[in-house]
Amino acid sequence: MMAFRLSIWIYSIFFMLICVFSRSTAKNRNTLMELSLQEHFSILQTGKTSLVYFSQDDIMVFPEELKKAAEPLHNYGISVAKVNCANEETSRYCGKENDLTKAYLFRGNILLREFPMDALFDVNAIIANVLFALLFNEIKYINSLEDFENIENAMKGKTNIALIYVKAIGTPEHRAVMETAFVYGTTYQFVLTTETALLERIGRVENSDISGSLFFFHCKLVLDLTQKCQKTLLEQPLTVLNIHRFLKLMDAPLLTEITEDPEKVSTIHLQLGLPLIFILSQQNTYEADKKTAETVAWHLLGKAGVTLLLKDSTDLNIPTHTNVIFKRAKEGVPVDFFFLHDIDSIISLVENNAPIQNNEPVKEYEEDEIEALNLDVQDDQVVETVYRDRKRKLPLELIIELTEETFNSTIKSTSSSIVLFYANWEAVSLAFLQSYIDVAIKLKGTSNILFTRVNCGDWSNVCTKQNIIEYPVIKIYKEGEKPVIYTGMLETEYLLKFIRLNRISCPLKIMSIKEAEEYLNGELHKELTSYSSVSILGIFSSNMTKEKENFIEAGNSLKGYVITGFYSEEDALRLSKKYAVTLPALLLSRHKEGKIDSILLSNSDASDIVKIIKSASLEIFPEITVENLPIYLSLQKPLLILFRDGNLNHKDEKEMLSLVKQKHLETFIPCWLNLKTTPVGRGILKAYFKHLPPLPLLVLVDLHSRGQVSAFPLDQTINEKNVLLWLQKLESGLENHITTLPNEEWKPPLPAYNFLRRMDATNPFKEITGFPTQNSLRCAKTTDLQQHNKGH
Amino acid sequence: MALLKGAPGLLLTLALHLVLTLSPFPNASFFPHWDYCILGAGPSGLQMAYFLGQAGRNYVVFEKAGAPGSFFTRYPRHRKLISINKRYTGKVNSEFNLRHDWNSLLSHDKRLLFRHYSKAYFPHANDMVRYLGDFADRLSLQVRYNTAIVHVTLSKNQHAWNGHFFILTDQKGRGYQCSVLFVATGVSIPNEINFPGSEFVEGYESVSVNPEDFVGQNVLILGRGNSAFETAENILGYTNFIHMLGRSRIRLSWATHYVGDLRAVNNGLLDTYQLKSLDGLLETDLKNLAIVKDSKGRMHITLPVLMDEPIKNVTAEAISLPEDEIDNFAMRVPYDRVIRCLGYKFDFSIFSKALGLAPKKGKKKKYPWIKASYESKATRGLFVLGTASHSVDYRKSAGGFIHGFRYTARVVHRLLEYRHHGIPWPSTVHPITQLTNAIIRRVNEASGLYQMFGVLADVILLKEKATGFEYLEEYPIRMLAELETLSGREAQHGLFVVTMEYGKNFSGPDKDVFYYDRAVGEVEDAWQSNFLHPVIYYYQCLPTDIEVMFPTPGWTLPRPVAIHHIVEDFLTEWTAPLSHILPLRRFLENCLYTDLRAFYAESCFLFALTRQKLPPFCQHGYMKMQGLMGNERLRRHGIESGLMEDYTMDEQPADQKPGVPRIPNHPSQHATSIKEEL
Repeated sequence: MMAFRLSIWIYSIFFMLICVFSRSTAKNRNTLMELSLQEHFSILQTGKTSLVYFSQDDIMVFPEELKKAAEPLHNYGISVAKVNCANEETSRYCGKENDLTKAYLFRGNILLREFPMDALFDVNAIIANVLFALLFNEIKYINSLEDFENIENAMKGKTNIALIYVKAIGTPEHRAVMETAFVYGTTYQFVLTTETALLERIGRVENSDISGSLFFFHCKLVLDLTQKCQKTLLEQPLTVLNIHRFLKLMDAPLLTEITEDPEKVSTIHLQLGLPLIFILSQQNTYEADKKTAETVAWHLLGKAGVTLLLKDSTDLNIPTHTNVIFKRAKEGVPVDFFFLHDIDSIISLVENNAPIQNNEPVKEYEEDEIEALNLDVQDDQVVETVYRDRKRKLPLELIIELTEETFNSTIKSTSSSIVLFYANWEAVSLAFLQSYIDVAIKLKGTSNILFTRVNCGDWSNVCTKQNIIEYPVIKIYKEGEKPVIYTGMLETEYLLKFIRLNRISCPLKIMSIKEAEEYLNGELHKELTSYSSVSILGIFSSNMTKEKENFIEAGNSLKGYVITGFYSEEDALRLSKKYAVTLPALLLSRHKEGKIDSILLSNSDASDIVKIIKSASLEIFPEITVENLPIYLSLQKPLLILFRDGNLNHKDEKEMLSLVKQKHLETFIPCWLNLKTTPVGRGILKAYFKHLPPLPLLVLVDLHSRGQVSAFPLDQTINEKNVLLWLQKLESGLENHITTLPNEEWKPPLPAYNFLRRMDATNPFKEITGFPTQNSLRCAKTTDLQQHNKGH
Repeated sequence: MALLKGAPGLLLTLALHLVLTLSPFPNASFFPHWDYCILGAGPSGLQMAYFLGQAGRNYVVFEKAGAPGSFFTRYPRHRKLISINKRYTGKVNSEFNLRHDWNSLLSHDKRLLFRHYSKAYFPHANDMVRYLGDFADRLSLQVRYNTAIVHVTLSKNQHAWNGHFFILTDQKGRGYQCSVLFVATGVSIPNEINFPGSEFVEGYESVSVNPEDFVGQNVLILGRGNSAFETAENILGYTNFIHMLGRSRIRLSWATHYVGDLRAVNNGLLDTYQLKSLDGLLETDLKNLAIVKDSKGRMHITLPVLMDEPIKNVTAEAISLPEDEIDNFAMRVPYDRVIRCLGYKFDFSIFSKALGLAPKKGKKKKYPWIKASYESKATRGLFVLGTASHSVDYRKSAGGFIHGFRYTARVVHRLLEYRHHGIPWPSTVHPITQLTNAIIRRVNEASGLYQMFGVLADVILLKEKATGFEYLEEYPIRMLAELETLSGREAQHGLFVVTMEYGKNFSGPDKDVFYYDRAVGEVEDAWQSNFLHPVIYYYQCLPTDIEVMFPTPGWTLPRPVAIHHIVEDFLTEWTAPLSHILPLRRFLENCLYTDLRAFYAESCFLFALTRQKLPPFCQHGYMKMQGLMGNERLRRHGIESGLMEDYTMDEQPADQKPGVPRIPNHPSQHATSIKEEL
């Protein structure tokens, strides 16, 4: 698992290591030598180390495993040779009866060890045994805890200890340890044991069947002899790479102190693919912070680097209430800022972030991995919820099902019919069907409205003829009019409002000044004013035909969403005087506030008018909700959101409104969010702060440029002056953002079964020579889709 | 049309040549002109006439008889159609119901469904004649009855659509000029085999259909198609025995999944043969056969080699017979009747050499050689429709039968609408969020894909950056490489091809289609599905001509970048959320490298404020103020399933670890192996 994440850097270290000890491998490819006794003796004279096997006759094959071990051993400067005794004068190693079962290790002409051949059962065993023999002085082999305690005491203040347990001598783990010890033997005190009991007493008990483990004892730091050495366990399997990497990390300083920009810092941890934690400190809290940082560092040893960042010594871009910065190993990923309350949160921050995502190479899934991914578990919330609700009986009787036969006649014979086009197997339309039924229940008994539905799964032709290209679609068919498509939220209240507002013609033709006043007061169509936040009145003098037409077109397209009316009688000028505008003009009546605004309409075509009306009907300091967010986002400005756990209090509202009214916030969308009515706001805050911060809280979310989120300092009161100051600081870059929203694409949540591969496995795909049958290879002209794909 | 044989036709042709060559303006519009001419008012001719009429095109149908469907006035001889007239399916979807209606032609008129014409599951041929008559009348199709076209030739003209006009001459010597010619004459000439004594053989076209005429007779039937078995079926209970002789092994349509092979409705003789009731099946090459009569007029089977010299009127007594050598020779009994039921072939005789209309090679030589676009190989503007066009999918699909060629006629019409009138192949454009839906809808109802499996496919053309797609229905698979030039649609950004297929090794005359465990139920094993099931191919660009012409053996389409099989379904209803829709969505997502899940507005709201990018569903719906709110009940289900989070809790649970917001997690390392190949 970890091996995947190792950076190239580690490999290069390993490679260098190998190179150091390899002597002219290139020159002497065949590192296995067959020697005569004479040659053997001449080599012994050079003082080199060699492993020699004496063979009685040349028919006898050289043991296969020794052959394999020749090259790796050669890398450590040890040559492997076979000496043929048969046709030579005798050596004392030749001719002994049991010699055929032994191999000898020489340094120069000194015999270091003789190995029974059955100890050299494979490559790992050969290398492990040979190196173990050579490193006899460097590596202490122990049997009891007492032995270890003696060594531990002896090393305190001097050298760190690597205590290694392997299940047996000659295992791959043993070999890995020996190879590492060959390099680090002088840097650390290596201690080897094969006693499980010792391991248990050291503290590793969870699994008695482990093949090997390594404890690092930090004895160098210990000056007081009564004190125990701190220890750290290598949590990965014992491989050369893992041990090297681990020792490298143990060697790194426990805690570093920096004053530079965290973005620019690079340490061994980052190079090894581990995250780096910055704990922020100030001069006055330095001692306490350092203590905290050290504790954290001990906990995270081998998992993350810990650094103390002195905040007040530099003018860094760090948001005001941050105490921890988290930097990922992946390059180019911006750091994250946190405000965490205790050490445990810091530790869990690291543990939850590991393994580090995005860092793994794109991998091909094996069959069993695919199985573990649970591809057949539903991960679409809409489909799943509808599926879980499938046994509920809906009161469908309120809604008439139309068929191919009844569709046209019903539409024609009803003054107003609402039709839901859906498919009975499609989840989104089934979810919406429930809301649709709720509307039908609410409007039950209303005359002249017929609620109907067409199941496109049954009546496919009807849906094709009605141009249904997606599910679900709501259309309102009115006698003699073009059908209107509902383009609002798929939700009860919105649809209800749409249906209600659709009952009056739009725009309304206002016949008299008196009627116009009633219209603006909301007395005309009183029952509908609650559905439209504003009523719009277009005023035109009677000769402004073109302007009027544009307005009517605009009113038509807003039908169902806003109430519009127009007045173009002879005495229209009277209205223009009263509201002090020149014609053509719009009057906007905001019923809630009892206010009437006027807007000049000059040279505006229908779409301009729609835009004017839409933007005029926006509130200046709206409560942001799930339903209305898209409207405000469409203005492409940063959102300045006041998060509140409940309604606005007067003070905050006053402060904010006055900022709005003084037009200080024109480049933003000032709004507020009520966690009581929009509980998902909690999810948003958690995403920003990783925890729920105290409320009220003012946050600036810049979705449209860089996705940065900034928070108004918690220790300041939200008032005009402070907010302005904060915004100015933000603008001039003096204040920092707390987090950057991820800019990740929405990739497939899970892979798909690769049927092509499975088909190839049963019936291998053969390329016919000459015919490029692989589509993907041939698509030379890169389509943008491919580029899009390759981007990942 | 042309059961016309022999001299009179030839004479007329000669006369016509004279007229043509003598006329002062040989190439001028001396003759009445139509843009489109159709030969034959059978099912395929009428079907094409309907499409042309609907499009407001200038066309005419020439029919030699006085009413449509004259073939069905005589054939099948025993009057029972073997095309299924399934009146009830339990479904109201009219497109779906066409999957099980093998007799209706396509039209907008609901009254013109065959189920209104017959209650029989295997209807009477007279009902077909009546149906075709009504079809022509109700839809006011332009048919010239009693007009037998006896000669067709070309006249070069640079102003003509195709560089030439088709000049048609009828039995009265009247000439007609057409820009495009559709040959919908079916296969009308009985296949005959010449061997010594073949003159004693009666033909299917004229043999008596009165079983009483066969009482106590020994009957030999040559051939083993449906007409042979139909003939046998009729007389089974009257004969002493029936022997049936054919070259190749019996091909049962339930094993080959080809409706032209022997249908169970006709296979009574197989039953009586295997149940030892004296009837039997024999295999031999019919060309290696001879018949001699004995003095009693009964027929003996012998071999040509045994007849030293082909002497006329030799009698059985005079020559040696096989049984003289091999005394247990199977056909040693004399037969009272030998009936030839060897099928039909296309009548090439009326087409001038200039048209280059040649027979296809091998087994398909009874059909003219045409391209997969149904256009003649040699002559532009000459199309073959209906049964005669079966060379395209002979022994594979249903193109030789009404329930197949009604769709291929539409294909030809659509190709021509673009070629001559600039109207691109009809298509609908959808947002990418509807991709799964569009496919699910079609695989559940499309009748053209179901009937013409392996021949027609739906093609989904992706828009730039895969934000949307264009859906083309029932495009001919073999013309895929030329899709852009033939359909007028752009395929620059990748495409999906939706087909329906049987399992690769499931069909064949010697296959056991009832073996235990034949049904695949696991989604993972969908690619091993045996029964007809939907298959979706993904290509990054249009395959080339060569790729389409030479796919890997066993494949209908060139090797795709990725492939998906929707697991076979016993009810052919592919709407199960987990088994059908979910794996399809995962496949599409991994081809497009995006997330195609649907989300409630609340989730979109959270994403909109916590991420810089939104999934397509939120982009397309929520951000356009069309978010899906869902009610409290559904929300509860969402929370229970763990796919939605309950944010209404005031207090943060104590054990919650900071750091991970519970938005649906999508680990980025989940790139698939499919990706590897991209």
